[in-house]
Amino acid sequence: MSLMALAAQHVTGLHLVAAASPSGAQSGVAADFSHDNFWIWLLKAVVIVVFMLTSVLIAIWFERRVVGRMQLRPGPNVHGPFGLLQSLADAMKLLLKEDITVKAADKIVYIVAPMIAVFCSLLTFAVIPFGPSVHLFGIVTPLQLTDFPVAVLYILAAASVGVYGIVLGGWSSNSTYPLLGSVRSTAQVISYELSMSLSLVSVFVLAGSMSTSQIVSSQQSLWWALPLLPAFVIYVISMVGETNRLPFDLPEAEGELVGGYATEYSSMKFAWFFLAEYINMINVSAVATTLFLGGWRAPWPISAIDNGMFNTGWWPVLWFLVKLWALIFFFVWLRGTLLRLRYDQFMKFGWKLLIPVSLGWVVCVAAVQGVRRFSSLNLQTILVALGVVVLVAVAVSYLIPERTEPRNAGKPAEPGVFDAFADGYPVPPLPGQTLPPSPRRARAAAAVASVTDTGTEAQEVQGG
Amino acid sequence: MSAALLAAATQTVTTSTAEEVLFWCLAPVMVIAALGLIFARKAVHAAMSVIVVMISLAFLYVAQDAPFLGVVQVVVYTGAVMMLFVFVLMLIGVDASDSLVETIKAQRWIGWIAGIGLGIVLVGVVTRATYPSMTGLATANADSNPVAVAKVIFGDFVFTFEVVGALLVTAALGALVLTHRQRLTPRIGQKERADARVAAGGSLTPLPAPGVYARHNALDVPALDHLGRPLEESVSRVLRIRGQELGVEQFQAPALPSATQTPTLEPGTEDQA
Repeated sequence: MSLMALAAQHVTGLHLVAAASPSGAQSGVAADFSHDNFWIWLLKAVVIVVFMLTSVLIAIWFERRVVGRMQLRPGPNVHGPFGLLQSLADAMKLLLKEDITVKAADKIVYIVAPMIAVFCSLLTFAVIPFGPSVHLFGIVTPLQLTDFPVAVLYILAAASVGVYGIVLGGWSSNSTYPLLGSVRSTAQVISYELSMSLSLVSVFVLAGSMSTSQIVSSQQSLWWALPLLPAFVIYVISMVGETNRLPFDLPEAEGELVGGYATEYSSMKFAWFFLAEYINMINVSAVATTLFLGGWRAPWPISAIDNGMFNTGWWPVLWFLVKLWALIFFFVWLRGTLLRLRYDQFMKFGWKLLIPVSLGWVVCVAAVQGVRRFSSLNLQTILVALGVVVLVAVAVSYLIPERTEPRNAGKPAEPGVFDAFADGYPVPPLPGQTLPPSPRRARAAAAVASVTDTGTEAQEVQGG
Repeated sequence: MSAALLAAATQTVTTSTAEEVLFWCLAPVMVIAALGLIFARKAVHAAMSVIVVMISLAFLYVAQDAPFLGVVQVVVYTGAVMMLFVFVLMLIGVDASDSLVETIKAQRWIGWIAGIGLGIVLVGVVTRATYPSMTGLATANADSNPVAVAKVIFGDFVFTFEVVGALLVTAALGALVLTHRQRLTPRIGQKERADARVAAGGSLTPLPAPGVYARHNALDVPALDHLGRPLEESVSRVLRIRGQELGVEQFQAPALPSATQTPTLEPGTEDQA
């Protein structure tokens, strides 16, 4: 299966390299793959697959340890140093479990679905740059399997096809909860992919390219997360939705849907879904790193040392991994902190807040970029003008008289008398209602007062 | 039409070996999948066949130096359009039969006339079209493929593009208007349901789970309350109606002094104890 993924990458890679212009780098791509030969491709592809699989094992261990720390317990710490071999043991257990194929399932789709999920999740890292060009067995080659002018769109395409694994898996199980899970996942992915791609569009507009290596090289002076902060926030929110992680893990909400789309899966087939979920988590973190956090570039104080010495050679792999794992830590942190959203709240949030905001942001970025390109104004003038506009808008907003009526003017006024058992159940007072004085507190106060009047044993009574 | 296309085809018969191998691998797959669309019994299988055709087509586009078109084909058609199809198939189910009753009079005839008109327009446009001389891929993709595509769409054909966009928006709005339903009754949300439950005397909390505090943990064993008496409502209603609930006496906690004084097991008597 992973061999198929490699083959697919090679078809694209082979062809694009063949089409590269004689001057070396392909047009629209910063990385230069012209010196690569077949063995280099094979080596890079194998290293990527091995990297993904070991990262998943470490990510599972990492997540369990970190969540454990957050919940004041040690987490897995028995097998191997710091419990590092726990994930391996779990993987072995999954492999050796009985592989059940549900009788009523649609056999072919049931077996193909987990394969689609894993296959598509392995595709993304083909275009993620780990670093700049290095010397590898005497050949100068970028630390990236391949790149082409629409690399980020290719990542989106791989992700959107990967969802078919979840959808078809839920459908083919021929069971209620999996079907509900897969229907939820379809709706979720369609809605959150929109805001995700819209937030990426503003990066394309500023970087002037959709090739990953070009985007990284465009962040030499400034990481796009800073000027495009709203887009970065939207991307981070929708990447959590896209990977079905808490607080957006509705397709597999165990409190509501047993296991969601994976309910009827066991053994290796379940392990594939599990693997795909974690690989997807690493994928979206890598995309966020590449597009918003400067890719393999060293963070600011380090990048200034010795004229950018740490941005050359093999050093960038370290920065890339540090950023990647910081984002994975963020995922785990979210899981340890937030509760699952209700489904309708989740959809409302996506359609009524995220998509309009990201659309508006793209329009703003495109307008500023258009003014920069097609007029002689420089960026400073534009930003000052925008600041003036915002200040004027704020000033005007102060001139608008504030709403005098209370917010719930249309509603019938609440009864002034507080009914502690309204609707037959003990209820707290609503806004505007006052709690009647508590008879017990009055009695206690009276008792204390009488005791202090007598004077002598006052300290003892209050202490008791 | 055919003369111009043939001339264009003869100019560019220079496929590389890799491309030819790719074509002959994908072509049979695509044909089989396309046939699967027609002959598949289940609608989801037909949808899957379409997905296979679409992805193979995307591979061919990429092989023909149109990476943008190939990737967008997957993002838009496979990722969004087919996903919506599958979504609807799953929500509605595949057994929904279409009604063949004509609801608008003469709809069929209007459809025929509009279809034939469109056909005539298309034939006219295609036969009268003249093609400019070929520039070749290297020139066309000089500033990278997406830039070249953008120049064509937002430069040469910007008006057509806007018209198509307006058409799509109109269609989406039309669908919204046609399927919009006025709400006749007030919306019953979570709060209203909870209020109704309390007003009807139900409990706000979930029902107790079966087997809790009992000496045997199973679905058909009622949970015990704080006095060791069984809670009937903890066992599923279905099991109770079928008479498959296990007897309560054998799993009851050893008699407590207070419990012995209230031997009745009717629910609702707990408050008195």
